[in-house]
Amino acid sequence: MTAWEPPDRPRSRLAYCCPEKMAEDREPPPLADAVQTDFREVEEGEDLFVSTVSTAEQLSPTSPEPASFPAEDISTNSNGPKQEILLDDDQEDLFAEATEEVSLDSPEREPILSDGPSPAITPVTPTVIITPRVDALFDRSLDEDEEAEENGDTFDMQITVSDPEKVGDGMNAYMAYKVTTKTSLSLFSRNEFSVKRRFSDFLGLHSKLASKYMHIGYIVPPAPEKSIVGMTKVKVGKEDLSSAEFVEKRRSALERYLMRTVNHPALVKDPDVIQFLENTELPRAVSTQALSGAGILRMVNKAADAVNKMTIKMNESDAWFEEKQQQFENLDIQLRKLHASVESLVCHRKELSVNTASFAKSAAMLGNSEDHTALSRALSQLAEVEEKIDQLHHEQAYADFYLFSELLGDYVRLITAVKGVFDQRMKTWSKWQDAQVMLQRKREAEAKLQYANKPDKLQQAKDEIKEEIEEWEAKVQQGERDFEQISKNIRREVERFEKQRVKDFKVVIIKYLESLVHTQQQLIKYWEAFLPEAKAIA
Amino acid sequence: MIKLIVQLSSPSLLRSVSVDLNNDSSLLIDIPDALCERDKVKFTVHTKTTLNSFQKPDFSVSRQHEDFIWLHDTLVETEEYAGLIIPPAPPKPDFESPREKMHKLGEGEATMTKEEYTKMKQELEAEYLAVFKKTVQVHEIFLQRLSSHPNLSKDRNFQIFLEYDQDLSVRRKNAKEMFGGFFKNMVKSADEVLISGIKDVDEFFEQEKTFLLDYFSKIKDSTAKAEKMTRSHKNVADDYIHISATLNSIAADDNTALKQHLEKFAELLEKLRKVEGRVASDQELKLTELLRYYMRDIQAAKDLLYRRARALADYENSNKALDKARLKSKDVAQAEENQKQCLLKFDKLSESGKKELTSFKGRRVVAFRKNLIEMAELEIKHAKQCVILHSTCIDLMDSSFIFAVVQVRGRR
Repeated sequence: MTAWEPPDRPRSRLAYCCPEKMAEDREPPPLADAVQTDFREVEEGEDLFVSTVSTAEQLSPTSPEPASFPAEDISTNSNGPKQEILLDDDQEDLFAEATEEVSLDSPEREPILSDGPSPAITPVTPTVIITPRVDALFDRSLDEDEEAEENGDTFDMQITVSDPEKVGDGMNAYMAYKVTTKTSLSLFSRNEFSVKRRFSDFLGLHSKLASKYMHIGYIVPPAPEKSIVGMTKVKVGKEDLSSAEFVEKRRSALERYLMRTVNHPALVKDPDVIQFLENTELPRAVSTQALSGAGILRMVNKAADAVNKMTIKMNESDAWFEEKQQQFENLDIQLRKLHASVESLVCHRKELSVNTASFAKSAAMLGNSEDHTALSRALSQLAEVEEKIDQLHHEQAYADFYLFSELLGDYVRLITAVKGVFDQRMKTWSKWQDAQVMLQRKREAEAKLQYANKPDKLQQAKDEIKEEIEEWEAKVQQGERDFEQISKNIRREVERFEKQRVKDFKVVIIKYLESLVHTQQQLIKYWEAFLPEAKAIA
Repeated sequence: MIKLIVQLSSPSLLRSVSVDLNNDSSLLIDIPDALCERDKVKFTVHTKTTLNSFQKPDFSVSRQHEDFIWLHDTLVETEEYAGLIIPPAPPKPDFESPREKMHKLGEGEATMTKEEYTKMKQELEAEYLAVFKKTVQVHEIFLQRLSSHPNLSKDRNFQIFLEYDQDLSVRRKNAKEMFGGFFKNMVKSADEVLISGIKDVDEFFEQEKTFLLDYFSKIKDSTAKAEKMTRSHKNVADDYIHISATLNSIAADDNTALKQHLEKFAELLEKLRKVEGRVASDQELKLTELLRYYMRDIQAAKDLLYRRARALADYENSNKALDKARLKSKDVAQAEENQKQCLLKFDKLSESGKKELTSFKGRRVVAFRKNLIEMAELEIKHAKQCVILHSTCIDLMDSSFIFAVVQVRGRR
């Protein structure tokens, strides 16, 4: 057990702010497995305050602006009643120290807290956050930057997927993506390197990881989905907007996929992952094709799994699992619904953009036709304003999509993976139970032999049975161990997943809000520029 | 169906569409309320007057849309007013859009939460009300245009319309009239060809003709595009309702640090959709309605040009007839008289037409100016409100997150 102190001692909160203490508490992730397990044994409610996670997380249940932050809000953040009271009492002290720790300017990717006390932060007003967007396409690296940064530990890895290039012609053509990795982890031979990969390579990687890790309870991030329609357009060589958008959507999805994969402490060490990122040549993953032998096998297995799921009736002794499964079921339904609504929003906003553009053109023509000079000028100005506004809507639709909609889509798929892992646990339990049943049968057979009437064959049979019993006893033990192991793993994985989910959503929500604010501010600018023109109509 | 009674106490918003109305206190008309029963809308037309031509100084009658159409058509057919721009007839009350939405809402009820459904229903009721208000105002404007016109306000039929306390029981257009209407439209298209083909001797009218023909097609296009734009805006606002509701459901089940974010976000979207809805309806009133109204007004101006062109044709024909009569020395006096009348009529039309068209231009420019200014001001106001809502929301959310975000920005 590491130096974790129970949260009901006020001092422990201040301990977070003390750099030396932090260095002690923190452990680098590669060794984290053993440590993390211990952490996870601790009460669930306290996980939020575990030091291996980012500073921001730790400070998150509390606001650095105690004056404006009502007490009720704090309670909704923390996981247990004890923390609430604690935070209320310690607000003043806590914040004074906290503000010192978080450095706004530190460019290193080192854990924030391991620095010495940084210069005090100037109070942040909302206007500071609102900076004009640098490019229309949302800065994709932002997500990954923050994740890497806020992991706090020495997890330092950034992957970018870029430069989609069409290779080949006709139906055999494919898109090759450049995968660039920047890292200081010792797992890799160099600090910066890039390779060319195609979509099926990514699918191949996922397939390997899934077969290796799903059955022991690791949540393997799902790969982006195939799209026959999208790819055919690209292959055929349609150089239009929709194929460009498709490629961009896929590129972004592949990047997020890789970042999620390497963010997993076990997966990043996997030789397949390392090979994927480093090796120039990769054997072609044909087994990912739907109609290949492996593909068909996959479909058969999926069907078998579905049947099994219906027939296995597990005696759930652990309420945690039951609760979590129900929770994920609900979340799945809600996220799908939300995703559908957001997709509808994207669609409507795109429509709005198109309709605004067409109105702008029409207004321009009207302005040309108008014979009153001042009104004509004003109408032309209106047309210009509307044109700019249509651009704005277009950009906003982009943000709607890449920030909000894609995140939801990713999480719908991730939750499917989580549910898969719970199913694996059920399978493991089932295997264990089956082994127990077999053992029981063997024992009964042994007992029967005792009363058998064939003395000559008896000894041989007895030995055989004894062997089998030993075999099955071992299997039962292994089954039990496997079940316990997978249960433990799942607990840990779910904690990690939940934390990541909270982080991801928080980041996205704020970024999305910023995009909305930016749009509104631009609107103000445009209309304020137009107003004098309208007033100038004599 | 819904029985809606609308009280319109505030000055009509659409009045900005055509300013300088109801200035003359000798005849003040307004529509203080209306009743919507099934598909029929019954307007209460209220008149206050100091003129002796009316029996009472203050009175109200109930009128239906068809009555307005009858009045308009009667005025158009009155020979005396051929040289005037007759104010365009108000369009028929159209509740198709909200009705369709209500239908869809009923179908989709099962998939929504109770909260969502209630909100959508509220939106729908608001839209219904908006359509209703619009139609009332458009009918009011029509009457006010008439009352403020020096000639038209004295029209006998107009007086009957205002005063007659019984049901006007306008005969439905019987077959003959329907056919007559159809014939009229055909004549109209012939007129279009007539006036677009011939170059007018009079410079003023030639310019006006060219301008109006071109402008009409442009403004018709703009009206349609503006309508589509407004509808998209409303769709976006509706989407916010669904998203907000689902976020609330997720927040309710959530017990992580995310809960607060989700709730605040949901709340913000709920407020935003109201603002977006207002933006859409303001845009509709100030822009789409403006364009639509002037499209119809320009049509009325075009009609004036047609009538003048026909009068010109009549005059030319009478000239030819006179020449023929002089040749044959038969009915010369009659032909001379006819020719004199045609010329008189044509001159009168040209004179009043010029006046009308000039004042029309002035009216149009003033109305556009007012509406464009108001629209820009409203857009600014709404956008500013949005910014405040957003900022408050970001504030209320995890402020410590702002540190993280600013940090990232610093590195960019």
